[in-house]
Amino acid sequence: MKTSIARKVLMALSGFFLIVFLLQHFIINFTSVFGHGETFNSLSHFMGTSPMVQFVAQPILIFGVIFHLAMGMYLEAQNNKARNVKYVMNKPGENASWMSRNMIITGVMILLFLGLHFYDFWIPEIKTKFIDGDMSGALNGVEGTRYFHELQHKFVDVWRVIIYCLSFVFLSLHLLHGFQSAFQSVGFRNHKYLPTIKKLGNLYAVLIPAGFIFIALFHYLTQL
Amino acid sequence: MSDKTMNLTLKIWRQKDAKSKGKMETYPVTGISEHMSFLEMLDVLNEQLVVEGKEPVEFDHDCREGICGMCSLHINGEAHGPDRRVTTCQLHMRMFKDGETIYIEPFRAKGFPVVKDLVVDRSAFDRIQHAGGFVSVNTSGNTIDANAIPVPKDDADEAFNAATCIGCGACVASCKNASAMLFVSAKVSQFSLLPQGKVEAKDRVMKMVKQMDLEGFGNCTNTGACEVECPKGISLDNIARMNREYLKASLK
Ligand code: HEM
Ligand code: SF4
Ligand code: FES
Repeated sequence: MKTSIARKVLMALSGFFLIVFLLQHFIINFTSVFGHGETFNSLSHFMGTSPMVQFVAQPILIFGVIFHLAMGMYLEAQNNKARNVKYVMNKPGENASWMSRNMIITGVMILLFLGLHFYDFWIPEIKTKFIDGDMSGALNGVEGTRYFHELQHKFVDVWRVIIYCLSFVFLSLHLLHGFQSAFQSVGFRNHKYLPTIKKLGNLYAVLIPAGFIFIALFHYLTQL
Repeated sequence: MSDKTMNLTLKIWRQKDAKSKGKMETYPVTGISEHMSFLEMLDVLNEQLVVEGKEPVEFDHDCREGICGMCSLHINGEAHGPDRRVTTCQLHMRMFKDGETIYIEPFRAKGFPVVKDLVVDRSAFDRIQHAGGFVSVNTSGNTIDANAIPVPKDDADEAFNAATCIGCGACVASCKNASAMLFVSAKVSQFSLLPQGKVEAKDRVMKMVKQMDLEGFGNCTNTGACEVECPKGISLDNIARMNREYLKASLK
């Protein structure tokens, strides 16, 4: 934690962790477009009631997110200080991509989205499970079936769908730089691996957010 | 050879000394040949200023052939100007258009304080070098044959490429974070690839990184601006190598 490289490596490790989490999150959500969400319901019920997931994985995830965004903001502040006088004329676009220069902007957009996302899903979950004490996941008396219903319910509002889709675009921009950057930060890069890492990164950064957009639109359009 | 000349408007950062507040000043220059280097163009301006009884513009330079790394300047928003793989002394006026306005500023970084006008103090790089950018070899009396230890050609080439860094600081000047990682990684790599440098590898990377941080340079976020603006084409691969070296050294 003491040197720039140590912080950079930790930033990358938290980034990798979030990338893996996001893949998992995507796969579970994707099951909601099949049938009447039976698979989605059973996976959600498992995730929502398993003590391992709830009391081990979830705290690690929350720590990971908070660490990543706190470190990101700290580094941004430090980096701003490292250029105490700004250029009168500067052309940053001549030598670096917009994505790489604006990780803090795309990151903060993701953070704002997370606020809404927590308000939409996480807070109601906590309320149902731990305040009302209802762990059954029951809808109309059928155990473990409320999740799909709650998901669908959120994607009726067109504004919410629009905000979700826009946020996924920011996520994509964040990952278009972040994915390959994280490899560089941990030293896993040379001219032999680089093209593969870049391709893989672009694939992930486009497909996963596009998949999330598909899921949001799917539920909106099938409920019109 | 045709000899096109041009008239330009220069906007130059003027600052009396390290403590004073500086500002941009405007100077017209006329009859600049397209074959002049950027520094020769500034010479013309300075001669003109001297004749007018004004203080000439202070700027750094030495070899004027792209090998010493002394010339600096942030020209029209880019370190060493719009051309690629060149220092300011090798930048030709044919890269500019007649009638153009050219912004000339010093390299900006907390680690490179302005001394006067366009001159910045880059001794932070020297201090980073002193911290570990060397190999300890006993040179008293018995000279060691340079070829006594065989080095694989690929390693020798990579080390040589890293060693072409001239310490100009364009990487710092271009980086949005004013990070010195490209420079430091070149200096770490040129030794760590060779058997002679492996002995002190662990100490070297730790000490140089520590000094780099102390000098107030920012953290690398892998934007790659440094690699694009570097006059010697030092590769980002070197930064990855330094990160590996650092991880290895801190885990051991
Ligand atoms: C919660 C809001 C978030 C904020 C404020 C944020 C902020 C940042 C910032 C400022 C950086 C650049 C720091 C640097 O390169 O040194 C960064 C890098 C990164 N972020 Fe995020 N981020 C957020 C969410 C995410 C999410 C959800 C993911 C992945 C799913 C992610 C993946 C990455 C990756 C892979 C990197 C590159 C790490 C590296 O360069 O070593 N971030 N983030
Ligand atoms: S790495 Fe390139 S830009 Fe940086 S100091 Fe060395 S030669 Fe100059
Ligand atoms: S004056 Fe020596 S490199 Fe430009």
